[in-house]
Amino acid sequence: MRRQLPFILVFLSGAFMVFQYFVPHESSEFVYEFLLDWLTIIGGFAMVLGIWSLIRVSYDKIQRKRENWGYSVITLAGLFSMIFFGITNWQDGFGFYILQADGLNNPMFVHFFDYILIPIQATMFSLLAFFIASAAYRAFRARSVIASLLLLAALIVMMRFNPLFGAWIEDVANWLMNVPNLAAQRAIVIGLGLGMVATALKIILGIERGYMGQG
Amino acid sequence: MDFTTFLWTTLGAFLTLATFSFLYKDNPFYKLAEHLVVGVSAGYFMIIVWHGTMVPNLFNKLLDGDWFLLFLNSNQWWYVFPGILGVLMWTRFSRKYGWISRWPMALYIGIAAGVAVPLEMSNKVNKQLVATMVDIEWSNFFGAGIWDPFSGFANLLIFVGAISGLIYFFFSKAHTGAFGGVAKLGIWTLMIGFGASFGFTVMARISLFINRLQYLDQNWAQTAFDSTNPNYNTGFQLVFWLVVLMLLAYAVWEFIAYLRRRGEASTPE
Repeated sequence: MRRQLPFILVFLSGAFMVFQYFVPHESSEFVYEFLLDWLTIIGGFAMVLGIWSLIRVSYDKIQRKRENWGYSVITLAGLFSMIFFGITNWQDGFGFYILQADGLNNPMFVHFFDYILIPIQATMFSLLAFFIASAAYRAFRARSVIASLLLLAALIVMMRFNPLFGAWIEDVANWLMNVPNLAAQRAIVIGLGLGMVATALKIILGIERGYMGQG
Repeated sequence: MDFTTFLWTTLGAFLTLATFSFLYKDNPFYKLAEHLVVGVSAGYFMIIVWHGTMVPNLFNKLLDGDWFLLFLNSNQWWYVFPGILGVLMWTRFSRKYGWISRWPMALYIGIAAGVAVPLEMSNKVNKQLVATMVDIEWSNFFGAGIWDPFSGFANLLIFVGAISGLIYFFFSKAHTGAFGGVAKLGIWTLMIGFGASFGFTVMARISLFINRLQYLDQNWAQTAFDSTNPNYNTGFQLVFWLVVLMLLAYAVWEFIAYLRRRGEASTPE
């Protein structure tokens, strides 16, 4: 029963959500909205599992004085600082605002976001420019027709705003983005959609069970 | 800009340079930035989920009830159930009762899968097909020229490209004969699409890179020497040079370590 009941719950809830889509009644709409709230609420509780895992791994590293354990102190300091600033505010006298969103306006919370999170994340994404360019230099070779098409399309789009080539390259790049690229993206999205529907149906019908783990 | 804001800007500049230092190799500055961003982003998302999801969707709906009655006397008492299911997720911490966490997990997956079937069919399949199969505008067949992406000819190409791309992904029939020819057209379309997407992604990263350089130059370095700033004092330059000296000291230390390693490698035993 420990294994059967979850699959019955998946089937009942999944079949209901598919069925209710075709029932144009306000009671169906109400249950739909209510169950969508379930998703966000259960997901919110599940996030605690991830945060707890991060704390446990970092704490374990510090306690056992493993290699580079000092950096785990920084991770935990960043985590707890952000949580503390997110539920406090001292603009009108210090106070905890656990059920009000005043913590989001805490200057320290905003500064941590603007001057720590944004610079590091934006720089990490910009670093990819170098790694993609390096990988492309090693991997792109015009060995066949399809490889040449890939290389040519990439070069034209990358040179789009280069004034050396004149206005024609911008027209060709726009055409590449809006015609063959759009056709390719549509083929991929349609295939993806059909794949997702098939997978969802396999889950609802109990054919796909790997997500429930072993035991 | 006041001095406090400049100190925060300097922290942003230092973390930007620390992250860029990974281009040389993994080093203590990069490790610091990497571990800091993990902690801060986990804390940030926890707070956003708390204030954006948990409070409005759960706690605000139950707050008119009494906690000692498990909020069952609130107007929307039925929200107690997802709360209980959410708490049951935490039984995963226990080896003995971990199996209970499968119930909320099952409901989560069931609801998500059930929502996905009609929505994915509508958004990713039906709407894309409707947008692909438009009437050919014979009066505007070549539009403003061969490179006009909104002409009837372009619509025809999109239709042929999308269908041939889908045929390429159909592996239940061998890609031979006419079917193979259409599949080949499909792979050509896909490769042009991948190339264009790749080029677009590279340019997006380059834009971000330029943005980071502008931050270092305009927001940080120029402010450090901007004597027209009414809040300007020598502290601005002092902080700037401290950061620069710290990074230079590390570069020199790395260079000495490199020379020492090279010297050890060339010394005969």
